[in-house]
Amino acid sequence: MSLIDLANPSRFLALTARVLPWLAAATVILLALGLYQASLAPDDYQQGATVKIMFIHVPNAWLSMLVWGVMSVASLGTLVWRHPLADVAAKAAAPIGASFTFLALLTGSLWGRPMWGTYWEWDARLTSVLILFLMYLGLMALWRAVEDPSRAARAAAVLTLVGAINLPIIKFSVDWWNTLHQPASVMRMGGSTLDKSFLIPLLVMATAFTLLFLTLHLAAMRNEILRRRVRSLQMMQASRIAFSSEAGTGSRDGSASREIGAT
Amino acid sequence: MSLGPYASFILTSYLAVAAVVAILIVWVVIDHRTQQQRLRELEESGITRRSGKSATDTR
Repeated sequence: MSLIDLANPSRFLALTARVLPWLAAATVILLALGLYQASLAPDDYQQGATVKIMFIHVPNAWLSMLVWGVMSVASLGTLVWRHPLADVAAKAAAPIGASFTFLALLTGSLWGRPMWGTYWEWDARLTSVLILFLMYLGLMALWRAVEDPSRAARAAAVLTLVGAINLPIIKFSVDWWNTLHQPASVMRMGGSTLDKSFLIPLLVMATAFTLLFLTLHLAAMRNEILRRRVRSLQMMQASRIAFSSEAGTGSRDGSASREIGAT
Repeated sequence: MSLGPYASFILTSYLAVAAVVAILIVWVVIDHRTQQQRLRELEESGITRRSGKSATDTR
């Protein structure tokens, strides 16, 4: 099945119905495995047991950026290729991305208090991630504010692509500025600096959270397609009511008919 | 498994993640049921898709 085939919402819904149970099962298995491995990981020589927060903080932080990346590709799909499911994908991803970003900020704060002595510091990494969170909220507000989904999609796509500038700023903030946050220790030139006893559970948890995102995203996309079906059926219902009331009153004014014809 | 003097920070982190993930799952499930219910109500009132297929059929 190609990307063009998936442009048909009915085919996409059929595929989602088949794939979702398997994705959900794989997510549960990997999450259970990841949590088990995380519980067995040794204490860090400096951070002690608080290193266990890393196994949930880092996957959420990665996903906060990955989801915006997915939304940026979807936005290109809306503006350039006009793919019918592109804005559905972007809209469905936003609340999930916002949740991951919130969790990255919260778990980072709870990790920072015992290690740095403070819950929050206005340094480049923390501030840029907070801006990312606010951008997610702004996008969600924009989608709610504009009633017509296609108009909202274009405005949101432009905003998403502009907001993508923040992704490299978040990634390289720890290199470009002097921050309290540690530099990259997994995805870096020269390989990971993490010991295997930490790295393996971290990668399992990151994969599990990525699968979780995929599962939730497909399910949220399915819901969004159904919501648009509801909207179009409600519009059909409204036009039928308007048409029948116009026919009943025998109105000679054709403006209502023309409006209905336009929808 | 001993979590040391900062156990409350570790447990709060894990509980917060579990709570937010649970909220996301519940939101997706409830939203799906709500949309299916609305589609059923519209179909029962005689409003159908132009294709004639059921709007609630996702298979």
